[in-house]
This record gives sequence, C-alpha cells and structure tokens, in this order.
Amino acid sequence: MTISMRRPGLGLAGCLAAAAVFAAGCGNNGGSSSSSSPGITKTSVKIGGHTPLTGPAAPGYSEIAPAAKAFFAYVNAQGGVNGRKINYIYRDDGYNPTKTVSVVRQLVLQDKVFAIFNGLGTPTHTKVVDYLNTSKVPDLFVASGCPCWDDAASHPYTFGWQTSYQIEGKILGDYIKKNFAGKKVGVFYQDDDFGQGGLTGLKEEIPSQIVAAKPYQPGDTNVAPQITAIQKAHADILVDFTIPAYTALGQLVSFKVGYKPTLFISNVGADPTTVGGLLKSFSKGKASTALIEGAYTEGYLPSVNDTSNPWIALFKKIHDQYDAKAPFDGNVEYGMAAAYTFVATLKAAGTNPTRQDMVDALNSGKVAVGPGIVPYRYSKTDHGGYAGVQMGKITNGQIKLFGQPMVTDPGSGAITAYTKPQQSPGDAGVIKQP
Amino acid sequence: MRLARLLDRTLVRNLLLTAAIAVVLLFVSLAITPFNNLRLASIAYYFTALAGLTVLTGLNGQISLGHGALMAVGAYTVAILVGRDGWALVPALVAATVVTAAIGSVLGVVAARLRGPYLAGATLAFAVGLPGLADRYPHAFGGENGLIIPPPQPPAGLGSAFPLERWEAWIACATALIAFLALSNLQRSRVGRAMRAVRDDEVAAQLAGLDVARTQVTAFIVSAACAGLGGGALAVVTQLAAPGAFTLVLSLSLLTGIVLGGLGSLPGALWGAIALVMLPSWSDDIANSFSLSTDVQSNLPLALYGVVLMGVIVAAPEGIQGAVRRLGRRLRPRSSMSHEEAA
Amino acid sequence: MSRFVDLTLNGISNGMIYAAVALSLVLIWRATRIINFAQGGMLMITTFIASSVIESSGSYWLGFAVALVTGLALGAVVERVLVRHVEGGPPLNAVIATLGLLVLLQAVAGMIWGGTPRSFPPAFSIRGYEVSGRHVLFGPFDTFTVLAVLGAAGLLALLFRATGVGLQMRAAAFDPLAARLQGVRVARMYTVGWALAALSGSLAGLLVAPSVFVGPNTFDAILVFAFTAAVLGGLDSPVGAVVGGLVLGLSLSYVSGYAGSSLVTLAALGILIAVLMVRPEGLFSSARRRRI
Repeated sequence: MTISMRRPGLGLAGCLAAAAVFAAGCGNNGGSSSSSSPGITKTSVKIGGHTPLTGPAAPGYSEIAPAAKAFFAYVNAQGGVNGRKINYIYRDDGYNPTKTVSVVRQLVLQDKVFAIFNGLGTPTHTKVVDYLNTSKVPDLFVASGCPCWDDAASHPYTFGWQTSYQIEGKILGDYIKKNFAGKKVGVFYQDDDFGQGGLTGLKEEIPSQIVAAKPYQPGDTNVAPQITAIQKAHADILVDFTIPAYTALGQLVSFKVGYKPTLFISNVGADPTTVGGLLKSFSKGKASTALIEGAYTEGYLPSVNDTSNPWIALFKKIHDQYDAKAPFDGNVEYGMAAAYTFVATLKAAGTNPTRQDMVDALNSGKVAVGPGIVPYRYSKTDHGGYAGVQMGKITNGQIKLFGQPMVTDPGSGAITAYTKPQQSPGDAGVIKQP
Repeated sequence: MRLARLLDRTLVRNLLLTAAIAVVLLFVSLAITPFNNLRLASIAYYFTALAGLTVLTGLNGQISLGHGALMAVGAYTVAILVGRDGWALVPALVAATVVTAAIGSVLGVVAARLRGPYLAGATLAFAVGLPGLADRYPHAFGGENGLIIPPPQPPAGLGSAFPLERWEAWIACATALIAFLALSNLQRSRVGRAMRAVRDDEVAAQLAGLDVARTQVTAFIVSAACAGLGGGALAVVTQLAAPGAFTLVLSLSLLTGIVLGGLGSLPGALWGAIALVMLPSWSDDIANSFSLSTDVQSNLPLALYGVVLMGVIVAAPEGIQGAVRRLGRRLRPRSSMSHEEAA
Repeated sequence: MSRFVDLTLNGISNGMIYAAVALSLVLIWRATRIINFAQGGMLMITTFIASSVIESSGSYWLGFAVALVTGLALGAVVERVLVRHVEGGPPLNAVIATLGLLVLLQAVAGMIWGGTPRSFPPAFSIRGYEVSGRHVLFGPFDTFTVLAVLGAAGLLALLFRATGVGLQMRAAAFDPLAARLQGVRVARMYTVGWALAALSGSLAGLLVAPSVFVGPNTFDAILVFAFTAAVLGGLDSPVGAVVGGLVLGLSLSYVSGYAGSSLVTLAALGILIAVLMVRPEGLFSSARRRRI
C-alpha cells in the first residue's frame, strides 16, 4: 500500500470542496424570527423531541413518541387547539448523549420548534437542559423520573412529568413498613439515577430492613451473582428497580434457584405485557406472567388493563385508530398521557401563546389534573410533575390498583393520601368529551 | 531563489498550507448558519481523532479498536478541569492531550507485543472496559450521567450576537489545524519514515537498525494525543462527557471513518470526518422523505449506513481519497506521474 | 462456601456461552483469516428465524433445525456476495465490510421483527438441579449447553486435524497460492469455512438466546466477551476458544459476585492484557512470533 507524499494542492482542494459542500447544500439560513415565538403560526404549532428509536435502549421506549403523535393526530382531527394543529417531530438519538445534543440543536436551530416535548432519558437530557434554558426554549415534560428537572430557580424552562424515582421508593418503602414490618428486604436495582433514586427513597423509609442492595449495569447479561447474593441474605422481600428486561432476567434466576420472595417492582419495569412477553417461553403453557403473578407495583396513571376507566377507553380508541401496530401497553399509555398534558398546557397558554406563555401557564398551576390518579405539582417553585403513586398488584396478569393514591416530595417530606377522584377526559375542557 | 528554497522546507510549506486552510475555514464559518457551524465543529474534532488514528493504522499498520475510549479520556479531562476545577480552555485542552498521550504510551507498550487480531482484541477490551470506570467511581466521573461543562463563552470583543456554535467551531477547527500541522510534519519526518518501514516489513526494519518497539509506541502516543485533543474538543463543543457518548460504536465509527476516507492520508481523515457527520443526517433525511411504518423508518438510516460501508469497501477499497487520487491522476498530464509514484 | 459454588456454576454456564460464540469466530479466522464482526448479526438473524418458526409451528426442534440450516446458507451467501471482495486484501477492509454487514443485519432485523426483544425457549428446563434441598445454579439446559459446546469444539478440532477438508481449509487460509498450486479449490474452501462458522454461530445463538432474549441488539454484549475469549484462547484454536470462554466466564462471575458488577468490563480488560502479555498470541495458539 503506497501512501502518497502529501501534495499541498490536493489537501487544499479537499478543504475547499468541503466548504463548497456546506455552503451549497446546507446553507438555508431562513432566519429572522418573528416577534412572536418561532415554531407557531395561526394554524400550526411545531414541537420536537429526542428519543431512542434504535439501539439497546430502544425496546419499549421507542413506542412512546409514536403514541404521543397518535394522540396529537386525534386532537388535530378534532380541530386542534385554538385552531392550531400540533406537528410533533421526534428524532432518534440512540440514547447517546452526543447525538442528543446534535439532534436537539437541530430541532431548535434548524427546525425552529416552538418547544421541546418529552425528551427521553436522564444521561441524554441532562446534556441539553442548560442549552434549552439559555435559549429560552420550553423544555416540557422530560421523560425521566430524575428529580433533577425540578429546579425552577436555575432551569425555569424545564418541567418534569413522571413521578420521580425517589418518590416511588418512598411510597413503596412506606407500604412495606406498614404491611411487612420487620421483614428483610433485598433491592435489585439499575446502577444509574433510576435505580439509585429508588434506593434512596427506600432508604428514607425502611433503612433498617434493607439487608442487601445489588446493582446491575445496563448491558450486563449475567445477573445471577446479584440475585443469589440477595437470596443468601435471606431477604423475604425483593424490590426491583429494573427495566422490564431485567425484571424478567431477575425472575429467571430466581426461578432457577427456587427463590420466591415477595416481589415489589417499580412501575418502570412492571408492565405485564412487556415482562410477560419476555417470560413467555419459560412457562410452558401456563400464563406467561406466572413468574410475576402477585407482585406489587405502583403507578401514577390508571392501570392500562382497566378498560372501564374512561381515559384508558379513550387511549385504546386512539391507539386502534392511529397507532394500531404497537401493543397497547404501559409505554403507549405513557406517551398519550404526556401528550394530553402538552395539549392542556397549550390550551391554558391562551389564544396566541408565546414560549413564555407556556411556561407561565404551568407556573400558575393552571395545569393541575389530567389522566393521572395523582395531581401534578406544577407551580412557580415546583417543576416536578406527578406528585405520587398508588399501590397496585399484578393479578391474573393485569395490574390492579388498590388503596389510596399517596403523594409526597422527593426529600424527607411526609406521605399523605390524595382523595380527590380522577377527572374524566372531557372535564377540563381541554379536549372534547369522547 | 531564496523563497523557493524556503518553500522547499517541509515545515514552512505546511505552515503556509495550515494558514491558508485556516483562512478558508474562517470565511466558511462566518457564512454558514449556527447549526452548520455545529456540524463544522463536529467534523473538526472527528478529524483530529481520525488523523491520529490514520497515522497509527495507515502509516504504522496497527489496528486499534480503542480510540473511542482515548477520546473519552480527553473529554473527561477537559470536563473535570474546566467544569469542576475552573481551568481555562487552552490549558485544559493541553492537559487533555498530555494525559491521553500518557495513557496512550501505556497502551502502546502493551500493543507493541501484539499483532493483528490480538491487538484488535486488546484494544476492543480497552474500549469496552474503560467507560466502566465512570460507574465504578461515580463521584469522580459522574456515573452514567457523566459530567457537564459550562458552554465556552465567546470573548466580548466579538459582539453579543456572536453565536455560540460559531465560537465552538473556531475552537474545534483550531485544534484540528494544530493536529494537521503536527501530523503533516510527522509524515515527512524521520519518525514517519520509520513508522512506514516498520509497517511494510518489520524484520527488514529491525535489520536496518530501527527500534521496532519504540516506533510502535511512538505511533500509539501520537495517535492517542490526537484522540485526546479531539475528545477534549468534543467535550467543549457538546458540553458533556458521559459514558454513553463513548461506547464501542464510537471506536468502530472512527475505524470506519479512516477507511472510508482513505487509509493513511490526512485528506482521507477529512473525508472520513465529513462522512461520519454527514452520512447519518443524509440517511435520516432520506428515510424521513418516505412515509413508512415506524419500524422501517427508524431503521432505514442504519440500513443505508451499512450498505454504504459495504459498497465503498467493495467498490473503492482505497476510500474516497483513493478515488480522488485516481481521478486526479487521470486528469493530470503524464509528466507529473513520476513524482506521484515516489512514495 | 456455597457462594463460591454458586459463582463457579454461574461462571461455567456463562463461560460456555462465550465459548459457543467464540468457536464460530475461531472457525472463520482459521478458515479465512478474517475477523468477522458480523458474526453476532448473523446468529441474531438465524435465531430470529428460529423464533418465528417455533412460534408458528409450535415445535422447538423444528426451529432448531431451521436455524442451523439457515446458518449454513447465510454463511455461504455472505462469503460469496460480500467477503469474496475483501479476502486477501488489507485486514482492515474486511473489518469494515463485516461491520457494515452487522449494521445492515441489525437494521433489517429491526424492520422485520421490530425492536422489542422477544422470549426464546430453552431446549430443556432452566430450573436448577436439586441438591440437598436447594436448587443450584445449574440445570438441565446448562448441561445441554456444556455438552453441545464441547461436542462442537471436539468436532471442529477433529475436522481441522484429521480430515482432508480440514487440511484443505487450513492450507487455503495459510497460503492460498501454494494451496491452489496443490489443487485445493481455495474459493470453495473459503465458502465451506464461512458456512460452517455460521452453522456454529447459529448453534451458539440458540444456546444464548434464552438468557438474553432475541432482539437486534441483545447479542452485542455476548459478542464482545466472545471475541475477548477467542483472543484469550488463541484465535486459531477451538480448544482455546473453550478454555478462553471458561476462564473469562469464571473470572467475571467471581468479580461480579465478590467485587461488584461495575468492575466486570474492567476485569475482562485486565484478564486479557495479563494473558496477552505473557502469551501474545493467546493461550493455545500454534503460531509463533518470529524473534530476531
């Protein structure tokens, strides 16, 4: 293989060619923004999001954005919000923070979106939060339970949405304290803010009951050392802060060694359709969710199996019409519920909303209830999102919620019951009563 | 007469060339949109890393699957020094280069004993293993979330409307130009010739008196320094250092870049950098222009990328620069052919 | 003590899984001197096909057979259509070509079967054997895995050492020109090599899939460790692949169990470097470096 002596002419030609590629192909500088916000016209509003559509993090999460888009299609078919149709552009970042930065900057600078909606992931989204706030782009309803989005002082444009992992851990711990006092607890958790947050919440409530806490790295294929360690510590209760794949893997190991603790699973990893799908081949004819039957879980949205709930009925209708290829599971419910929250905010922001109007609408607490069974915490000082969860149990392969929704904060605040009944879809006047 | 003799000296020629390229880049950067400045910055930091890697693999014949992890070292160094300890940008980038070069020297000593697929395997293990440190020492390295760097503010003299992206492009291009200058000189120097000799025939080189191991290690150090500088620039441009940004996929992309662009040549590194940045967005655009089912649409860019990789290797194994060179040879008059062959 | 036993059994079953995939990497290297980055993609496709067959026909062993046959065909096709163009050239070109194939295969799998991983049945029960009242971390399926891998390794070693075809394959890889002069159909040997390697990979996929589920990206981590195991054991030795797999599986199990899961990838790096520093061509490689 000969390597040519570097000839100056060729190198320079290369650079100029590159420059030409840029100037010609990509230079549409359309630029000047009008006096109102970019991305919004009299008839449409454009929003953008980043999400993993491919790669190891995609399973499950890749359903969320299409489901949200389906909800927007439904709202658009009814005339949109104040006459504006919602155009949702979501781009694949493969859960790679470098790609997230590039994709978000593209959405803001090139697509000139009105707001960023439902950006997914903590390691990914933390990298664009500063940029969005400096550029004064509303950063709505981050798809992650990290309490870091709740920082109105330094990030006034960023709003969380789902119940934070710490709150989940606290309420689970509180339930265990009240109903399984004295029992030994083992924790199997993902070694990032999700699992660590859940563990922090648990430790807030039941520090003395936890006898083993074993993490796994996302990407690990071997979780037997962790599960057997928890078994060796004689934990009667196993709390899983896991994504569905690892809930399933953990259960396979438990089955292998005959370990049958009382199971508690975070809502993130408890969707029976998803977990059952992964365990299908191991139960030889029995219900595929046999290994998680009877497990406790919690949620801030109505159970996706509860077809008598008007929200679930509405979501199912939209799913069947606009997103039929996807399974109707917790991820689809998540996307549609988040989309509703955006629609509610857009409506609350007035007939000619600017970006600031969106932020103000949330700060003033106008967006207070929605598909959740607990309220939002949105206020001038609180950008956290849903305030709590309700306990549930997996019965006959479906999640059935029981008891009362409980609300609290991610810190050391008290846990109280929330007694107001859930609204129906049309009650808030955001969308027509279906 | 004196001017001609001056131009004969490699260093002077390369300095002039670098300056010329710098001027071109300045004008380009001023003319394009902020988002395209971001792309320019990305091309620049990829070029820095690719240039080093192409010297290692093309000039010296060692295959490394671990340069993504070396970029991570540079990025984290800058992130810690600038973000946590408040260092200024330039000293931090210098530190990133030095630290990564040091790690490169260790890697080089290990690599000097290995050949071919065994070297590939060792560097692969390095690429996969090193990011694990971030999880092992979350306090130092921020765990899965990584570290954030405050954006580099353009100096006040440029005006308040100066886009951040343009300033980032300038920083990244500056590092790329430094790498370009250094490597251009290296290629024509005694060290460069030693590297080529070792690549072509190790036994003959040793018989000729070259210290093979030392040459291998030097090549590793140089390429690691470039990877570190590129990684530092990446950290500045994207304002982050996180394990998810430095997976094995990055190392493999770098390898892809140098082969696509043309192994062993600096213009090849530039083509590779352009390909790495523009190919995904072009294939994204193509995919979005059809309205397909979600599964097909989200995977189409990857499928296109795979097809392009295979196609280029089969049809143009010497990469884009090889094709350009062939074209140039065909267009140029015969008399200058002999000069071209002397490599 | 029982913790040690647990981790050891765990290490053996994982190690055999790495060995299964490592064997196919060794086979391709032995036959064509190419590192096949697409191996994971190819076995992923055959496993997906098996999954679809099992789902529609209800028969596991039918799916098993289909996977193996598809593997043979896929290996031959890939060699003829793609690899033929990069054989004998710079090794880096083969790396890039197979990388491109891997990306394409993962994308195509995502398009056809979607990104959601699916469950894959094990050939036998995964429930651990009952020993003095408790279930250990080793069950019938693990036994099947160990036997299958040892059997495959044995057959491969036999193939290379004791059969005419094996000798021809080794000759074709070592010195194609001389082999051709001796009457060896080099091109055909390459195709045979790739077909057999893909067959071996398909078997590995069937053994691995129950524990990692079947998805476009679920085999990636196993591939990395399998490659490490193959390098560890010596890329041209089937025995090395098995030993390398066991060494890696056991060590990583102990590291995860005693030191923590965050150290596993670092430990793999450390083990590999430690071995390569002492034996730069792996534990069982027959190649010897020239020393002047």
